[in-house]
Amino acid sequence: MMTTTPPRSFTILVACGTAIATSTHVALKIKELLGERGLDVQTVQCRVQDLPGMALNADLIVATAQVPFDVNIPVVDGIPFLTGIGTKEVVDQIEQILRQSPPTP
Amino acid sequence: MDSTPLNLLDLLIPEAIALNFTAASAEAVIRHLAAALLRQGYVRETFAEAALEREARLPTGLRLSGEIHAAIPHTDIEHVLRPAVGLATLPEPVIFRNMIDPTDVVPVRLVFLLALEQPKSQVEMLQQVATILQNPQVVSDLVTAQTLEEVRRILAQVMPAQS
Repeated sequence: MMTTTPPRSFTILVACGTAIATSTHVALKIKELLGERGLDVQTVQCRVQDLPGMALNADLIVATAQVPFDVNIPVVDGIPFLTGIGTKEVVDQIEQILRQSPPTP
Repeated sequence: MDSTPLNLLDLLIPEAIALNFTAASAEAVIRHLAAALLRQGYVRETFAEAALEREARLPTGLRLSGEIHAAIPHTDIEHVLRPAVGLATLPEPVIFRNMIDPTDVVPVRLVFLLALEQPKSQVEMLQQVATILQNPQVVSDLVTAQTLEEVRRILAQVMPAQS
């Protein structure tokens, strides 16, 4: 028998410079590609500069711009969702982080 | 309100397509395309400066899988009147900084200048731009295209089928 843990939903912050361009595309791809792996993912788009205040309520950050400060959750490079270079690897990385992340309180 | 998603072919403004454009810098490319979008009434006068300021702070150069690299300069929605896209192809590269690592200088020969409004209406266009960037053959074809018709034909390959 597989585990009976109820399905858990994850929140991913998708950050770019303006919160309208690259993050829009990346958010869609993340939901699609992690959905294919059986992970229920909610995405919230924001600007990199807004991350410090938002990171408390999320499991992971995917950024298409440099994050020039420390945050308390993992940050993953979102550029592969734009260029196609290393997309599988980055989805693997996100999946691994989420499956290992402690339940949010 | 018309909620039909706008695709890239709809949003590309012929007057803001500069093929074989010779430019000394990324700034010159952005200014040239932004001026065309301003003349055609798609952006405010503040757009060019805002795009340049944003590019300096949050660069948009992207290293692609082929030999040709790209940039997608854009800025905040308040500088935009109607969504539009400008395109420049460059025989000689100009330098953009890398989006994820601003210390990395990227030689760029393909520039999409994005004038964006609300994200939902432009999702399709953004996905098409990503599809292009992920296909080295399409990137190479675009950069060598000589006419607007050729550009349209190349882009039609990556557009979703019209029903």
